[in-house]
Amino acid sequence: MVTEQDVQHIAELADIGINTGELGPFTDQFNAILDYFDVLDRVHGEGQVPRDLADVMREDEVEPSLPQEEVLKNAASQEDGFIKAPRVM
Amino acid sequence: MAAHAIMFEPDDRYNAFLTVCNKAPHGGGKLAGIAIAVKDNISTRGIETTCASKILKCYVPPYDAHVVGLLKESGAAIAGKTNMDEFGMGTTTENSAFGPTLNPADTTRVPGGSSGGSAAAIAAGMVRMALGTDTGGSIRCPAAFCGIVGLKPTYGRVSRFGLIAYANSLEQIGPMAQNVSDVSLLMQVIAGHDRRDSTSYNRPFTHTPNADIRGLKIGIPQEYFGAGVDTRVAEVTKRAVFRLEELGATTVPCSIPSMEYALAAYYVTCTSEASSNLARFDGVRYGPAADAKKSWHNAYREVRRAGFGTEVRRRIMLGTFALSSGYYGKYYAKAQVARENVKSDFARIFAGVDVIAGPTMPTIAFKLGEKSDPLSMYLADILTVPANLAGIPAISVPCGKVDGMPVGLQIMGKPFEDERVIDVAFAYEQAVS
Repeated sequence: MVTEQDVQHIAELADIGINTGELGPFTDQFNAILDYFDVLDRVHGEGQVPRDLADVMREDEVEPSLPQEEVLKNAASQEDGFIKAPRVM
Repeated sequence: MAAHAIMFEPDDRYNAFLTVCNKAPHGGGKLAGIAIAVKDNISTRGIETTCASKILKCYVPPYDAHVVGLLKESGAAIAGKTNMDEFGMGTTTENSAFGPTLNPADTTRVPGGSSGGSAAAIAAGMVRMALGTDTGGSIRCPAAFCGIVGLKPTYGRVSRFGLIAYANSLEQIGPMAQNVSDVSLLMQVIAGHDRRDSTSYNRPFTHTPNADIRGLKIGIPQEYFGAGVDTRVAEVTKRAVFRLEELGATTVPCSIPSMEYALAAYYVTCTSEASSNLARFDGVRYGPAADAKKSWHNAYREVRRAGFGTEVRRRIMLGTFALSSGYYGKYYAKAQVARENVKSDFARIFAGVDVIAGPTMPTIAFKLGEKSDPLSMYLADILTVPANLAGIPAISVPCGKVDGMPVGLQIMGKPFEDERVIDVAFAYEQAVS
């Protein structure tokens, strides 16, 4: 059972932004969905380690990449050839 | 390379396209001059790619997805970008920020999703082929609902480079078309190794469909014909399987006990992966600008609240919850065990049969607005998600109608036996056409 405070907390963790009016409906839906997920309690065992997986490695070599203006083309906020982000501190 | 161009001016009364390329350049090759629609979560250099989300409105990729490059090398004309559920999250194409796509067979109904625009564009005859993506049924569901053919390839057979990720461990790009031969032709072009996708295998597809299925063994899982499946849909599908028997196949009853929790395992996995993947949409490198004067969290929250639709925000939050401290063991870890159990069930059944057959969807296409409750929408994916959890190939081919609406026959195969599911679908299609 999750509460509106739990949903508020999750929204903060996910940086999703939530309006107070949305908390009630989201909470109700989460509870219905999480009730359904409880069927996973019936899953037993540790599960086998997947047998058919292998790491895919390559040399870290410098290759041609996109020109700077292409990279910046979609960034809405720029300064002196850099992408401008919100302040951290 | 692009010596020619086709004029593409479709009568898009179904809202199948988000972007139409009126003058689509093309070169020569296997697909020379064929208009192909591309789902809007697949990157196309110089053509807006939005994932049907406001958060990517006006985003123009500076590079092509690997599959788009392959289409161009084969001479295809990229005719436009098709509507979808935002980021692939949905079963109806109603979760698009740019309005729903309508089902050409009945415009009061949904086309299925999330590749609903691609399916509708084909069903309405606007294009011969299209690319879709399938995370939990997003190619097969709209193929079934619109009455066309769609293949979810074996995981790893088609490069995901340039696909805007939603749930990496589940999703595949795949071909959709009016008929099985065209699905096979498109698969020839897009399958194969790509070093830019580390999950990509070197398994090119060179097959042409063969309708001889004498001696084929088909598993018939009881769960695909039981509770929750419309009895009329089950009946139509059974008749299609009987037709395959007439062509020389034999059927074997089987059971997939892990179906009990497969859907829950799927939704825990895909929302968890989504919560991580979609963290990149913050209005910094692309999308509507984050207010650089505000603090980091406040600026992001503002952009993401305004830019993401309700279902996307719901799934990001569900996934964040499933991965959060104290709940990881109960949800994500259990889902991964469940996923291994689904794989084991398929491996056990495939030791005795060549393919598994059942309905693609438990019902015909829903009415627009019918599935307003998220859980009831999720439950509609019960017959398609097992193939994604197991990474196996699965095709949907039209097999009849209920209430005038198309029904899809789903054929699932062993890993890397995409050729065989195509052959079975082809045999059925040839027998009834």
